Amino acid sequence: MTRALNRYPFLLSLILLVIMIAVNRALQDNLFELAPLNGNLRVFMPAILLAVGQTFVVIAGGVDLSMGAILSLTNAILATQIPQDAGVDTVIRALLLAFGAGALAGALNGFGVTVLRLQPIVTTYATGFIFAGFALSILPEPGGRLPRDLTTFWRSPLQITPDFAIPVPLIVIVLLVIVWIILSNTRYKQFLFATGGKADAAYSTGVPVNRVKFTTYLFSALFATLAALAITLGSGTGNPRAGDLLTLPSVVAVVLGGTRLSGGQGSAIGSIIGALILGLISNIISFADLDSWIRPLIDALIIIAALAIPGVIGLIRRLLR
Amino acid sequence: MNALTRLRPYFPPPLVALILGIALFFIGGVFAPGFANPDQAVNIVRLAAFLGIIAAGQTLVILSGGEGIDLSAGALVTLGAILTYRITNGDDALILPALVVVLLVGAGIGTLNGVGVAILKMPPLVITLGMAGVVTGLIYFVTQGELIGRTPPAMGRLLSQALIGQIPGVIVVWLVIGVGMWVLLERTPFGKQLFAIGINRTAARLSGVRVSALVTLTYTISGALAAFGGFVLLGFTQTVFLNLGQPYLFPSIAAVVVGGTVLAGGKGSYWGTMAGALVLQVINSLLIALGVDEAYQLMILGTILLVLLTLYGRQRNLRQ
Repeated sequence: MTRALNRYPFLLSLILLVIMIAVNRALQDNLFELAPLNGNLRVFMPAILLAVGQTFVVIAGGVDLSMGAILSLTNAILATQIPQDAGVDTVIRALLLAFGAGALAGALNGFGVTVLRLQPIVTTYATGFIFAGFALSILPEPGGRLPRDLTTFWRSPLQITPDFAIPVPLIVIVLLVIVWIILSNTRYKQFLFATGGKADAAYSTGVPVNRVKFTTYLFSALFATLAALAITLGSGTGNPRAGDLLTLPSVVAVVLGGTRLSGGQGSAIGSIIGALILGLISNIISFADLDSWIRPLIDALIIIAALAIPGVIGLIRRLLR
Repeated sequence: MNALTRLRPYFPPPLVALILGIALFFIGGVFAPGFANPDQAVNIVRLAAFLGIIAAGQTLVILSGGEGIDLSAGALVTLGAILTYRITNGDDALILPALVVVLLVGAGIGTLNGVGVAILKMPPLVITLGMAGVVTGLIYFVTQGELIGRTPPAMGRLLSQALIGQIPGVIVVWLVIGVGMWVLLERTPFGKQLFAIGINRTAARLSGVRVSALVTLTYTISGALAAFGGFVLLGFTQTVFLNLGQPYLFPSIAAVVVGGTVLAGGKGSYWGTMAGALVLQVINSLLIALGVDEAYQLMILGTILLVLLTLYGRQRNLRQ
């Protein structure tokens, strides 16, 4: 058990996920039918993408508190640059702009952490203000309307055969898992884990520590932009404060997924599971027949209990020894 | 850069922050006529006092190391204010009992944070964030969104309005806390051990420090201080709302860091945090006085924070 946990840090999260799915299924009969499955995954998608991006930074020993602000910024860009009658060229231009802005934001974070050698948590907190300011200046009030074709593409399941369809977000999740597995067999992954484990030791054994750290902030910013794309396509509109409340949950999802906040260990697959758990918890609470004033408390208690599980197991193990 | 490095010992971060705060205040007078006057100065210090008091517990937790941070501070500020509001219900005689309850409840929640960190070995960022959710959830559940109560008139008089000459009581409270924090950190075994565990927990444990108990106690004190911050804040706002304390959470961390306390722990002071709170408040008041758009306010604030961090928040080079 211990060895399995070390090898697959997200094993516990997987068990938790199965429990959450079971509880959710008990409360919601049609959970596995196409429409609710598609709807749920679409709603969870931004949180999943943020959690995956956050994983890179956390494994390398940092944290990115500006992800929500980058999401707001790129959401504002997409919503203002893609008018309702936009053609393919306009859409591509808007996407390039959004990802360019995202990359610049990530580069600023990376610059602050690696070149200026600032502490990640305060650096990204400060840059978050800058990105949030830009988001507000681009789109002062929520607004914008995307072409219906675009939103429909994202919202409707992909018809494979007349009676078989797959939710598009599910395809995205599978792609994320595949990319992570491919990445796991590259030297970049070894560098990433070495950087987060012991930066000094990694540096002296020739790991390009600063370059690796820099790339993690690029990754988190690009994933924040992808999350913005998911939100923009899902809602069909823009909100300059869309990401305000999404940053900290992304860190929670990463931890729920078994990634250690101190760095050097973890998995993006775990973070996907963590984000799914968080989404399912709020699903369960909205389907359970609860008074609306008690919902935030139950939500927080379940999350804290889930976060405490590894700690409780560790405590029991120490007491038994 | 070399000159800057050589000058560094003569300019510790708290002093730099203080000088910067004062300089910004007078520079502000140039750009916003009428900004640099005594009334405004008192007002800025008064507002900084609220942030500074709330950041006191944060300072202790960050000094304790082990990625120490208290993200439940914002929710505890709200809780402290709401408890005072409800218990006193406008009765001056009930201020002290309310204060006792506020401190006990804050300490209790802080202890839960501490147990999570010290016994369950949970990352501080995560357990305190979770606890913030629980506290906020409790507030929603217990109040059902209806915030019944009143602020005792004496609280506004004692804390927010001029008490000694032109100086409001909250500034006196802040100075008392400042001296108290200095005694706690520099003149008690608790302080010495806190710095020790902040630098190296294993070494501290081997030299006989009871690390788990000390960490738990630190979070307990932090919780009590945050709730006390809410109590004090009520004297200023005179009213409560569900999101009262949240805007103070990240500024409380920023004040600690701008004051030169290292986020990794073991190095820093509360004087620094006080200076940091002053700088942040000067910047904030100045941006409001200049009447710039919220969008540009955010951009300028972020940029100034980055510059401040670059001045002395830098970590050592890997090559060294």
